[in-house]
Amino acid sequence: MTNFVQVLIDAIALGSLYALVALAIGLVFGVMRLINFAQADYIVVGAYSLVIPSTSAVPALLFGALPSVAMIFCVTLTVTLLALLTERLAFRPLRNTDTTTLLISSFAVSYFLQSLILMFHGGRPKTISIGEGLTSAVEIFGIRIPGVQLVTMGVALTLLIALVLFLKKTPLGVQLRAAAENFQMARLLGVPANRVIAIAFAISGILGGTISLLFVIQTGTLDIRMGLMPTVYAFFATVIGGIGSLPGAVLGGYIVGIVSVLLQAYLPEEVRAFRDAGVFTLVILILLIRPHGLIVTSAAKERV
Amino acid sequence: MRRVQLIQRFYPVLALIIPLLIVVLVIEVFGSPGTQRVTTEALIRLVFAVGLYIFAGNSGIVSFGHMAFCAIAAYATAWQTCCALMKPITMTGLPAFVRDNTFPLFPAAMTSIGLAAGVAFLSGLILMRLSSLSASISTLALLFILNVIYSNWVSVTMGNSTIVGLPVYVTAWGALSAAVLVIVIAYLFQRSRWGLMLRATREDEVAAAASGLSLYWTRLAAFTLSGSVAGLAGVLFAHFTGTVSIGTFFLSHTFLIVAMLVVGGMRSLAGAVVGVTVISAVTDVFRRAEAGFSIGSIDVAIPPGSQELILATLMLLILIFRKDGIMAGREFTWPGRSKEGHVRAPLVTPTKDPAQRLSALPPRP
Repeated sequence: MTNFVQVLIDAIALGSLYALVALAIGLVFGVMRLINFAQADYIVVGAYSLVIPSTSAVPALLFGALPSVAMIFCVTLTVTLLALLTERLAFRPLRNTDTTTLLISSFAVSYFLQSLILMFHGGRPKTISIGEGLTSAVEIFGIRIPGVQLVTMGVALTLLIALVLFLKKTPLGVQLRAAAENFQMARLLGVPANRVIAIAFAISGILGGTISLLFVIQTGTLDIRMGLMPTVYAFFATVIGGIGSLPGAVLGGYIVGIVSVLLQAYLPEEVRAFRDAGVFTLVILILLIRPHGLIVTSAAKERV
Repeated sequence: MRRVQLIQRFYPVLALIIPLLIVVLVIEVFGSPGTQRVTTEALIRLVFAVGLYIFAGNSGIVSFGHMAFCAIAAYATAWQTCCALMKPITMTGLPAFVRDNTFPLFPAAMTSIGLAAGVAFLSGLILMRLSSLSASISTLALLFILNVIYSNWVSVTMGNSTIVGLPVYVTAWGALSAAVLVIVIAYLFQRSRWGLMLRATREDEVAAAASGLSLYWTRLAAFTLSGSVAGLAGVLFAHFTGTVSIGTFFLSHTFLIVAMLVVGGMRSLAGAVVGVTVISAVTDVFRRAEAGFSIGSIDVAIPPGSQELILATLMLLILIFRKDGIMAGREFTWPGRSKEGHVRAPLVTPTKDPAQRLSALPPRP
């Protein structure tokens, strides 16, 4: 039983993480039909901004040396600026092109950022330790939970709630949701396109920065590929949730995260390595049954 | 007269094949061994790119999963032709008749391509039911599924380790003949009934379906054909380098090929060929520049990694300023005979947005 509870907590923690990334991708998709693959590199850049560029395996700290509040602020600020910059330089000129072209352009941006990091930091993984205090386990009702897990879950849930409040209660959030629902109509009703798109990217940057910090605290390593798998999972999460639907993105994130942890915990030892394949097959199966995803928005159906 | 007509009809293919032939001939005669290797590699990539074009170019659905078929065929040919002594030790999970025998090269290549085609057909049965964007993303899922399976199925694929010691028989000429073959196949396909139907679904899904075309079967046929060409590329890769490793069949390689298609122009065969040629030449120039060269007495070298940066920038610039690529969806046409008989890009790119579609119509008289 305690084992099951622990697995469940793992599942929710991972699900929340994926939900956050999926929300970032879903927001941007909603406002400009762009599936932003470069989200992976926002996460990587956030993590690497903690250290000074060098090829050393144990690099000197840059933002990582700051007190925690300043560190969080600097990292998220860096990633947010980067997200806005990619929007301005790469995605804005392509705004009215079709989804596939946009997807390919985000691959190009991702490749660019990856090569840039490779150039300054080298390709080898690095070790870094921040937030050591969080790694000790906490005991609640007889179950030992790693502190990191709690922090991840807490941060993710707080951010999710904050985002929901922002989207539901503030004028900007309402504009953003309107634009995600039907961009043309929102513009006709006076929602400024540039502003909502910039806000969507800024949010995806803030989420990217936070996620990168959570990952670094959890793993203690920097790797050029660290953003890839979460983004790919989130990518599929938005698709199975119903592309363009924000609640769908969160739902998809939780489904993918929870299924992945459950497979990891309960599959027999010899097939456990194939867990990811199971998750990706699930994606295709869900799409087969519901081609537009679990929650269908009006934007998903093609009008003649 | 007949002969002229034939030449005219196949001019778009000849205009691609003959320059390729000349380039390869020149490089074989005057080039260094290094250049020859680069050329062979580029030709194999051309096979793959044309294979991807058969599906993506004609259907308008970009597939990110074709590298999976490439990997399947490469591993299949490795299982059949490689390392008779090592196989029983390192790949114990193979069926006994494959593990204990070594097969001749040509039948091995054929069965490997057949396997890739089979997997393409089976996965296509599922994927082609999806709408275009979902299909695109699901092909990415396919690539990930294959990657996870092959990199963990240690008893059969040796996991993340590299299988070495395959017979190396692919030369520049071999790769060139394969490239010529697939260019001809792609051209015949796109002018065939099935190819034209597929192109109709690309231009307007709804209108094509309303005219009685099956989106599903046209796409599935192209997906299978294109998967088997990708398989051919996989066999060539394996027998060119003599090694097979799952890491090479993943995202960065996929990205490179898609970049080639985009730069050349995804909507025409000429675009695929031009794209591969241009990107291969550009990357090779910058690879050399990274290694360093000397102008007069000064040694110049650009920092390592700039090749990738330039490739990504180039691709973005093309996407922004020339969305349809260098060839913009056109084939090379016989001078003065461009009006008929060739698939041309429409003057107005069809848009999904009804308001834009209306405004794109010519004004009424």
